[in-house]
Amino acid sequence: MLEAAFFYLFGGLAVVAALGVVMARNTIHSVMFLIFCFFNASGLFFMLDAEFLGIILILIYVGAVMVMFMFVIMMLEVNFARLREGFLQYLPIGGAIAVMLLIELIAAATSGVFSSKTASTVEHFGREVNNTMEIGKVLYTKYLLGFEIAAIILLVALVGAVVLTLRSRKDAKYQVISKQVKVRKEDRLRKVEM
Amino acid sequence: MIGLSSYLTVAACLFSIGVIGLFLNRKNVITVLMCIELMLLAVNINFVAFSHFLQDLAGQIFVFFVLTVAASEVAVGLAILVVFYRNRRSINVDDINTLQG
Repeated sequence: MLEAAFFYLFGGLAVVAALGVVMARNTIHSVMFLIFCFFNASGLFFMLDAEFLGIILILIYVGAVMVMFMFVIMMLEVNFARLREGFLQYLPIGGAIAVMLLIELIAAATSGVFSSKTASTVEHFGREVNNTMEIGKVLYTKYLLGFEIAAIILLVALVGAVVLTLRSRKDAKYQVISKQVKVRKEDRLRKVEM
Repeated sequence: MIGLSSYLTVAACLFSIGVIGLFLNRKNVITVLMCIELMLLAVNINFVAFSHFLQDLAGQIFVFFVLTVAASEVAVGLAILVVFYRNRRSINVDDINTLQG
């Protein structure tokens, strides 16, 4: 009973927050709604015994990715109201596609294909089961290659982002270490007769 | 009792909202990126729900990988956006037409 209440709380708020992301006039508000949506989704993850992923979602998504969105929005000086022109222009086709997709997905989800007798009632793990440890056991053995590829993808993204945004400004002053080392006393110093 | 289909329904709602957001905010690159995040979140909820109800940890491992790829995608996407803004002083999708696509 309590579980159902929390499910409807988290799920309903997640959907409302997602609608806020799409509808908000101010892009900053969209980011805030998305953060709220992630918090609710992590609540759903906790209810599904995925504590590690719930915390990862808050730490990485809210703590890093959404803060990066926030930084970029504040850095850019853009008239976001102008970007909303023609907001409803594509509502008929977009709405039709989304509603059809929603009907199909819900029909598939509730058709009973996915709820066999083994899957309909699942007990929650007790306190003795450590989700993080279990994920670690699988991640570092069976999925070790995938883990390493994920690390390389992150490295490539890091280097790519730095290379894309790095630029040498013409008006900035740089140190040239070789010139500094090569300079002699005679180059800088001049004796003045008094 | 909350079953698998309830979680799948929530994920379906989030995914559809992400799709409709792509259509409505098609001029604003930042909102488009956020809608993609929303759709990936819906997929992640599906993964975790199946992982729980089928008692298999592989689903959670794949959520981990999806999170990794999504973070990289956002980093590179926002870097491209910043470079584009520096050159054109705009982030309107309609202005991204140099390649005549």
